[in-house]
Amino acid sequence: MPRVNFVSVTKKFGKVVALDGVSFAVSDGQYLCVLGPTGSGKTTLLKLLAGLLKPDEGTIYFDGKPVNNVEAQDRNAAYVPQQYSLFPHLTVIQNVAFGPLAKGKPASIALEAASAALDLVRLSWRAQALPNELSGGMQQRVALARGLASGAGLLLLDEPLGALDARLRLDLRHKLRDLVKQSGFTAIHVTHDQDEAMSVGDEIMILRNGKLQDYGPQRRVYRKPASIFVANMIGGASFLEGIVDTTVGETALINLRGGLTIQAPSKNLTLTAPVILALRKERIRISRDRLEMDNVFKGEIRGVRFLGNSKEYLIRISNGDIIASRQFAESEDDVFKVGQEVLVGFLESDALVFDYPAEGLRKELEVV
Amino acid sequence: MGFPARFLLILERFSAKTGVTKGVYSIAIIFFILIVITPAIAGIVVQLFSLPSLALSPDIAKRMEAAVQWSFVIGLVVSTLDVLGGIPLAWLIVRGRGQWTTILDSLADIPFIVPTVALGFSILEFWSSPVGISQLFGSTSIVSPGVILIMLLHFAFSFPVIVRVMVGEFLNYRESYEVAARTLGASPLTAVRTVTIPILRPGILAAFLLALARSLSETGATIVVAGAFENGTVFINNARVSGLTSAVVIASLIMIVSSLAVFGLIKIITPRIRILPLKVWPNLERKLSKPPVVATRNAITLIAFLVFVLLPCLFLAFPAIQAAAGGTAIEAFAGVGPWKAFWSSMFLSYVIATLATIVNIVSGLPVAILIARKKFGTRMAKVVDALVDLPIIVPSLALGVSLNFFWRTMGTLPEFVVILLAHITITYSYFVRTMAASIQGIAPELEDAAKTLGAQPLRVFRKITLPLTKYSLLSGAILVFTRSVDETGATSAVAVNLKTAPILLVSWIRGTVAVTPAERALGVGFLVATSFLALVILRLIATRASAKKVA
Amino acid sequence: MPTLDLIGVSKNYGNIQALTDISLHVENKEYVCILGPSGCGKSTLIRCVAGINKPDSGGILIDGESVEQIPIEDRRIGYVFQDIALFPHMSVRDNISYGLAVRHAESTEITTVTNEMLDLINMRDRSKAYPRELSGGAQQKLAVGRAIATGSHLFLLDEPLGALDAIVRAELRYELRKLASDLGLTVIHVTHDQEEALSIADTVIVMKSGRIVEVGKPSEIYASPKNLFTANFVGETNLLEGKLLETDGSQCTVDIKGHRFKVSGFGKKVGQRVIVSIRPEYILLTPPTVVGWNGEIKQVTFLGNLNRYVVEVEGGLEMIAEVSTAEYSTGFRVGESVMVSFDDVHMLLFDYPAEGLEKEISLE
Repeated sequence: MPRVNFVSVTKKFGKVVALDGVSFAVSDGQYLCVLGPTGSGKTTLLKLLAGLLKPDEGTIYFDGKPVNNVEAQDRNAAYVPQQYSLFPHLTVIQNVAFGPLAKGKPASIALEAASAALDLVRLSWRAQALPNELSGGMQQRVALARGLASGAGLLLLDEPLGALDARLRLDLRHKLRDLVKQSGFTAIHVTHDQDEAMSVGDEIMILRNGKLQDYGPQRRVYRKPASIFVANMIGGASFLEGIVDTTVGETALINLRGGLTIQAPSKNLTLTAPVILALRKERIRISRDRLEMDNVFKGEIRGVRFLGNSKEYLIRISNGDIIASRQFAESEDDVFKVGQEVLVGFLESDALVFDYPAEGLRKELEVV
Repeated sequence: MGFPARFLLILERFSAKTGVTKGVYSIAIIFFILIVITPAIAGIVVQLFSLPSLALSPDIAKRMEAAVQWSFVIGLVVSTLDVLGGIPLAWLIVRGRGQWTTILDSLADIPFIVPTVALGFSILEFWSSPVGISQLFGSTSIVSPGVILIMLLHFAFSFPVIVRVMVGEFLNYRESYEVAARTLGASPLTAVRTVTIPILRPGILAAFLLALARSLSETGATIVVAGAFENGTVFINNARVSGLTSAVVIASLIMIVSSLAVFGLIKIITPRIRILPLKVWPNLERKLSKPPVVATRNAITLIAFLVFVLLPCLFLAFPAIQAAAGGTAIEAFAGVGPWKAFWSSMFLSYVIATLATIVNIVSGLPVAILIARKKFGTRMAKVVDALVDLPIIVPSLALGVSLNFFWRTMGTLPEFVVILLAHITITYSYFVRTMAASIQGIAPELEDAAKTLGAQPLRVFRKITLPLTKYSLLSGAILVFTRSVDETGATSAVAVNLKTAPILLVSWIRGTVAVTPAERALGVGFLVATSFLALVILRLIATRASAKKVA
Repeated sequence: MPTLDLIGVSKNYGNIQALTDISLHVENKEYVCILGPSGCGKSTLIRCVAGINKPDSGGILIDGESVEQIPIEDRRIGYVFQDIALFPHMSVRDNISYGLAVRHAESTEITTVTNEMLDLINMRDRSKAYPRELSGGAQQKLAVGRAIATGSHLFLLDEPLGALDAIVRAELRYELRKLASDLGLTVIHVTHDQEEALSIADTVIVMKSGRIVEVGKPSEIYASPKNLFTANFVGETNLLEGKLLETDGSQCTVDIKGHRFKVSGFGKKVGQRVIVSIRPEYILLTPPTVVGWNGEIKQVTFLGNLNRYVVEVEGGLEMIAEVSTAEYSTGFRVGESVMVSFDDVHMLLFDYPAEGLEKEISLE
């Protein structure tokens, strides 16, 4: 039986629909990461799970039992808010021991649990400090320890790394995952940062405007995203407009603007249907002279972006479309310059084809 | 586990039951409606219905009309002046550099600490008596009792209100707005004028309305300095003393309705006033931003504060100390002559103040939480919020007349109880306002986190909300206590035989009870001294309580 | 033609040294990113340049002239605040025209420039809206537009993209850069995000604890950082402790857990403790061989365009390796044995820091 079952839950605030018929399940010990832009309903989802909000429609089950009418303090789901989570007037150890004490455990047991949690996050040496004496990263670790010490079993993390510097986030996200996994807790972690979402979760869920867009293991969501929005949110891609021309067995020929044609998998495609092609940046090869791939085009480098461990090239092909290619860990011979004429190519299997979105491509890609 | 701890745990589990917390809030609301709002409104309604049977002679009607109009004129003028003088001082306190700004901060609070009756006496002595400032000008009285003196009085006691509110606004104000304006090319004066002031408009408005409310309400001290002049409250008081019941009723009704109308109007209209397109005089404003100009402005602000607020407030120390030195003190402590009545009045005042404070804290806390955390929904919170303001907006004397009607009609309650109820009504808002604002300032996330960690409602309140609002709880309690000790308006309407200390002193100062000038000065001095002492004690209790570890 | 010079600028708040001896030069039309962790002094630095804070010592020159005596409003610098600071009581249009209005510009000029700005940031149709009605990204653009409208050519941006979602940041930063190029602005952009700095800056200035630690082009400080802090801060890296065995002045032989490597390094002494830095993307993983440095895959994280592996090699050392998923191999699994090898070209050599490694690279 799943640890958490969220069934057709809807939540409204006046006219605004924060969550619209969302359903999903999380098994015991799983680490689910919920990814979505600001305003997509992520915090509402966590608060519904925590019992701080009540659903307007739908039911939430914990271990098979409906908890819609169970108060927050009786749910055993520790909520770690994005900001202002630590009690400013209590010391670190008092903060961490708060949960067990609140549940009526004797002081000695509570202290034991608190010390163990602090050890786990390696902050025992700061047990007597007040929250405002700690750095941002340390505060987050204390907040995590507090959640772990509560004995809740379900951890609800609201942008736990949001307030931290980029470089610190890079370090802590792996440590956070390790800690949670070590503790055996079930965790639901909400974020707007796709790199974070890919790194920490076992599974990933994409929310947009209160609706569930996709849900599954990272690999599947990345390789076979359910929609253009998901493809853009996770990993990013180049998007080209086209029309399905013919199908030959398992291959379809799709016409792009300006007379160019692309080979793509023909599964589920209707002839003459307008489509969008999504091309993952790392799947695009660039070469000076030869390329042996299913789809090859001539193009010109229009832009180069240095991203540290990789470079992103923007190549304009003959019909004016721009394709982005991400080259990882370049060697000397891979360096290209703006204005250079190159060949771009990708495999048929790497062309992700989607129906042309009803509201247009621009709206579909809007991250609002 | 010790008994207290076990008891608390049981209470906590009890608080978890659905309905218990709702029950607590409901009881508090019912108390509020029954004890605070209903008497006030019902009294007014009863008055309204008795109106047709009331008649006024034309002269009295004319007097009344003039008096009520004067109340509003004085109120509006004084409040405007207070805002104009208070903002620069608040600015100085917040933005000034150096230790002396903290001293200034405390000094600005002095008129708060001095009970208004004492203030009235002090101002009377300062401006109107031969021993005051008049000496310097070689006259016996440069400002005689009358409308000007009333304005000087009202200016002085509303001043700290403005300063307090504005200091709070400036402290909460995000400086980056103003700095952004500077980086865009605005001189300091332009930036303040076009960005800071408009953004702080709601706060300034709130301060203005508070000052206006105080001015319209004040009774005791105003009577002292009015002389032959009549504003609304003086008129009502005179009418009451002369037994002109119809005049009392009609006048208080008019005051109540006008106050509500004026406040309502200002509150609705001002936010809608569109800020006109920027008019800037760059060169002029640049020149006015230069240090010498700023220094002059600061100097003027400080001098005005000194001459019109601080000195007049502190002046009573002279005659009081003189009187103490010259033998009157011994008589006072012996309880001889008028002092017997004095001490029993003091006792009455402080007992009522203490009781009113306790009742307000217990009954007001749930209401404050209800407003701050919208426990019964947003609409309910807004309604209660507006209702809580009622006792402040309505002038206390007029309110007292209503209350008097109500409680007399309800049956024969002992006068002590009626006075207590009146004090509870008048001071209720102060506590609820302070606490609601403070609770609103606590991030709800803290309470959310505590709940999900397993804390029942009572525990969340005890361990999170209360410790973080301790300071405001104390401030609220002090506000209620001092306001109660201050109270003359409503009390004079409901009290017949019992006299609270300020009411007694009013009769001493006006001479309706014959006392020597020394006795007068000393009596006022004692009131101030005990007020101050009470404040110090309250502060000490608070600091000791916070020194104890929060377990 | 705004150029900017800081010479020996220092600022302290009581006991805290916010800035120590900061000297830098920014050329006309250069886009400089000041990169560093929170609290390193980067915001204080640009506040000094703007005139919001006064330095305790040192000089600030714009176009070669000292600005010490010039108040904020006369320095003609565009500033974008970390908390955006849009005037809440003014519409989009009025916010943009504020800078012109306070200089008492002609109303025709105000209208023209404001309309230009609105077009530039694509908000012509929202000119009557108020800041609170706008999305985060729109607010950001408005803040930038407001600063540009004043006509300044020197810009100071304090974490201009800080409040935005990751994906919006990644898009908007290129728009910001293009805007700066198109308008020929000299920009100092403060950020804590290394990817942001590397992707758009002409020059990156790395700061730590009130000091400038390194200055260079993005590719330079990433590929050849001159100190450990920079190496660790501008991207992930493996820092391996080793001992220097031999050196001929420029080429060194280093021993790490019994394996020898050739790394270039100057001024090193035989026998000294060293740190070798190798970035995850330059660690090669192949099936194990007898003579190679073998290890076991401890953890695999799929990141979309690459796989991140935590490898534990003989000697108990843990390394992080990243392999692009564009390689058509299926990747390694947890528990699998692999051989680890490095390309010497991408190895960097540093002295072992006197105060210990953790302190040296500390981000807090």
